[in-house]
Amino acid sequence: VILWGSNARETHPIFFHHLLRGVRNGARLIAIDPRRTGSAEWADVWLGLDVGSDISLANAMAREIIHAGLANEEFIKRATIGYEDFARCVEAYPLERAERETGVPAAAIKDVALAYARADRGMICWTLGITEHHNATDNVLALINLALLTGKVGRYGCGLNPLRGQNNVQGGGDMGAIPARLPGFQDLQDPSVHAKFSTAWGGATFPATKGYHLSEMFEAMDHGELRAAYIVGENPARSEADQTRAVRLLSGLDHLVVQDIFLTQTAELAHVVLPAAAGWAESEGTVTNSERRVQRVRRALDPPEGARDDIDLIVEIARRLGSNFGHPTAEQVWDECRSLSPMHAGMAYHRLDELGGIQWPCYDENDPGTEFLHARLWEEPIGGPPAPFHAVEHDPPVDLLTDEFPIRLTTGRRLDSFNTGVQTGGYTSPLRTREAILISPADGVRLGIADGERIRASSRRGSVEVPVRFDASLRPGLAFMTLHFPDQVATNILTIDATDPKSGTAEFKASAIRIDKLVTAPVS
Amino acid sequence: VDIRTTGGPPTAEEIAAVDGFLGPAESLWEGGARVARDDHLAYGGRASRERRHLLLPVLHALQDHVGWVSRGALEYACRRLAIPPADAYGVASFYARFALEPRPPLAVHVCDDIACKCSGADALCAALETGFGPAGTPGADGAAAWYRSPCLGLCDRAPAALVERAGASDHAEARIAPATHASVNQVLLGGWPANEAFAPRHDAGGTVRLLRRAGVVDPESIDSYRKAGGYAALRRAVELGPDGVIREVTEAKLLGRGGAAFPTGRKWDAVSKAPARPHHLVCNADESEPGTFKDRVLMEGDPFAVVEAMTIAAITTGCEQGYLYVRGEYPLARHRIEHAIAEARTHGFLGEDIEGSGLRFDIEVRRGAGAYICGEETALFNSIEGKRGEPRNKPPFPVQAGLFGKPTLVNNVETLVNVLDILNEGSAAFAALGTADSTGTRLFCLSGHVRTPGLYEVPMGTTLRALIDMAGGLREGRTLCAVLLGGAAGSFVTESQLDVPLSFEGTRAIGATLGSGAVIVLDDTAELEQVLLRIARFFRDESCGQCVPCRVGTVRQEEALKRILGERDESLRESDVALLGDIAQAMRDASICGLGQTAANAIGSAVIQLKLVGGRS
Repeated sequence: VILWGSNARETHPIFFHHLLRGVRNGARLIAIDPRRTGSAEWADVWLGLDVGSDISLANAMAREIIHAGLANEEFIKRATIGYEDFARCVEAYPLERAERETGVPAAAIKDVALAYARADRGMICWTLGITEHHNATDNVLALINLALLTGKVGRYGCGLNPLRGQNNVQGGGDMGAIPARLPGFQDLQDPSVHAKFSTAWGGATFPATKGYHLSEMFEAMDHGELRAAYIVGENPARSEADQTRAVRLLSGLDHLVVQDIFLTQTAELAHVVLPAAAGWAESEGTVTNSERRVQRVRRALDPPEGARDDIDLIVEIARRLGSNFGHPTAEQVWDECRSLSPMHAGMAYHRLDELGGIQWPCYDENDPGTEFLHARLWEEPIGGPPAPFHAVEHDPPVDLLTDEFPIRLTTGRRLDSFNTGVQTGGYTSPLRTREAILISPADGVRLGIADGERIRASSRRGSVEVPVRFDASLRPGLAFMTLHFPDQVATNILTIDATDPKSGTAEFKASAIRIDKLVTAPVS
Repeated sequence: VDIRTTGGPPTAEEIAAVDGFLGPAESLWEGGARVARDDHLAYGGRASRERRHLLLPVLHALQDHVGWVSRGALEYACRRLAIPPADAYGVASFYARFALEPRPPLAVHVCDDIACKCSGADALCAALETGFGPAGTPGADGAAAWYRSPCLGLCDRAPAALVERAGASDHAEARIAPATHASVNQVLLGGWPANEAFAPRHDAGGTVRLLRRAGVVDPESIDSYRKAGGYAALRRAVELGPDGVIREVTEAKLLGRGGAAFPTGRKWDAVSKAPARPHHLVCNADESEPGTFKDRVLMEGDPFAVVEAMTIAAITTGCEQGYLYVRGEYPLARHRIEHAIAEARTHGFLGEDIEGSGLRFDIEVRRGAGAYICGEETALFNSIEGKRGEPRNKPPFPVQAGLFGKPTLVNNVETLVNVLDILNEGSAAFAALGTADSTGTRLFCLSGHVRTPGLYEVPMGTTLRALIDMAGGLREGRTLCAVLLGGAAGSFVTESQLDVPLSFEGTRAIGATLGSGAVIVLDDTAELEQVLLRIARFFRDESCGQCVPCRVGTVRQEEALKRILGERDESLRESDVALLGDIAQAMRDASICGLGQTAANAIGSAVIQLKLVGGRS
């Protein structure tokens, strides 16, 4: 198992627990991460690459695999396209170049590449270390290339696994909460799909063009093009990169509605706040986890006075806007989804109960669901279109390190806190200490800063005051912060909003900062 | 791995103690200084976890050199071995030997167990309390303290004490036996005990076989051992081949001497045929049953015999690595065995191509750390693996999945040494000794109120009365109260049962057991109630805590016993006696290991069957 850009030990503890069972069964674990995290401590090998050099590393690994004759040529020929371009591209990434760009010793890169290629089964798991970059999609494509090159997709024990940060991130996308898709990843711009939904919804009219993703929405606010927002269960006033700008834009909207279970910092900016029931324990419905397994969620408690179920709120807003959605139960809403989304069609509630959840696609009520995807690539002849290689090039972080901003700041999460702390900040934890910027003890000595001292951390966008904590697991020149405690330290004042044009994700993982001692103004 | 203790950094002394055993740390990630490579590369994972079994030796090194295991030291050891500190703390706190709070560098462990009680241990402890201070409290200069200890296996020279001095360069252990207030006090005030003379007693009237070399040969000379017939059996084993050896052992009808009396031949056969590889050999020398010291005498007096017998067992059953797990309270036995292993290696009796057989085998000595439960074979495996000594569920049995999950042959010291005679003289000659079902001779550890305590070797089937007579009988004018047969896990027998033949079937017939061969004789001066309370406290202390019936039962048993002994009201006493019976039944039925299953035997036999307590009031 290659854990790439993921500290699953802290951020996905349940998944990591399963992973450890595999490790105890003899699976080898390789961790690729700028920091030697708690996850990396369990790994057989840790490659501590420089922030943002993932593609260089992946391409060099691919080159080593090809040169060692370990590319799965049979699979490449029958199930992929674009191999020649890809091979030409990675040829420009000899080990020496990768060592220079990633910092990782060449021999170790080679060892890991060959171990992955030679393994009978191997999977690559990643999280935000891959995706919170300005070239996030290219990063992912570089990993996909490795799996295609070695035929490690569409087979049991193989594959590419983006670990989801919440129990229903996958479900959100599945249900169409992405700009160009309708439920079941059906293409909004496909006229037959559009017509099918329109018919099912009583001839309703709705746009047939791609919408905005989150970062584009903020762009549109900036241009004055987007004037109202309805935000459900999200805290962009704290979770967006370049927080000063995010707050300014949200505050400038004509109308802002926030539907949440807490009065978040975003909700404080809203014109209307809709108190919602918690999705967990106070509502009926389903969630879909990282392995595409749709599972039932049941109501165990009544929501507190005044808070209403998300379905009720949506139905009620629709009614005020002149549409009668009736009073559907969660199961009725789900059945409607099943009637429109072929990959969910076989997932009746009673089957979800009986089977302990079902992995999509599940096309009818005799379908047991699908344990792993892309098995079609191994069919004879292959089912569907071949899988494409994508030649991608190393492109260092936008926020360059200079003499003025010499320290690379990366951000992440900790075991006992979650994102902006909306759901975790109210609970105590024996592990938690006040938010601090973690730096290498060697940097502390070099800068004349003591462990625990308050300093000023500045980027090209802003600066914050924060205490320093020495962390021996960081190398000199690398600093780490979380965004768990926005009220103590507004980390996202420092981060850059350079965004991947394809996925809309901002480069939270790579900012250039400087650290200065706080000086008391001399008495005049 | 990523949870930290709240201790400070390790001291230089602590780092030196750990590194002295493991070698220096090679990277920042192992707890060393940062080197250039550390910024971008680290190895660990499986390679580190495979060194987990070194945790106990590392803790011993800290205890030896520093005198206790601080949080900082523990965390450093964890870094070196990639063990989560919480896990390692669980291990360190499991074993009595490891002090997790500061302790004076000099510690005297005074045995107050059954045999030593019979020889004045209580008076000795009382004198120390008055003269030096309470147990566990350092003296005025903070340099020394004394502690009460369970049986030290020196019952033939009771009362006994074990002295430990921690220090990076002058760590030392010594024994005082018999101990007096003066001799212990002198050590507590900075002296050191005189070298003890080794003198095994085996006045056994002509049938000495297992003990034939003990006290006769130089235990530190392989030449002396070979002149006395040593290593002939190994040659014979190579000639016979594995099948031949297993046939001989099986036909000799040798039964295990550790307490469970399992047929040795069957065990060897099962391990030799186990398909999984590698196979491991474990010699169980964690002789912790109160009143037992036979394996100590064998190891101290004839260490090469133990090494030779292990080698035979290994080449017969396909083991390339052997472990001898010796209890921590046996420093001399440990040193002699380690020396014998080194000598055997030098002379080609261990290592590659043993005796031209083309086979290889080597032995590592592992040191116990003060946990009675580790005598249980699966707890012993866990202890070697660097874990808490908690027994495992069976099946799988050790022959299928034992040490490190691999097929394992585990035998007691005495059992193994018997094999030498079987090979040297043939299974028929061996089987001719003893009874039809209990062949060969047996070592009995006579202690308590006999004139000449010591180790006696007699053919199986010898009566208990004859054995006691051999040890000189009771002192003048005394009468017998009871004999505790088989140690704390055994049971009491009385005057009327003295003609029981000491064989597996003979003792079984009267509901007793040979157990480990402990025979503690109590005359009418014995404070039986105090003995019973000591046994109850022993099991309460030594229960590993894993199974509820034993963890709770051993505590309730002690409480009930205290009430019974203090209670004058007959009817209340009756209800507590009934409670003892219930507790005993629950522990027998529902404990996974022998400790829980036998923890009520001795007390039950005294209170319920023999009315030793009930009959007195």
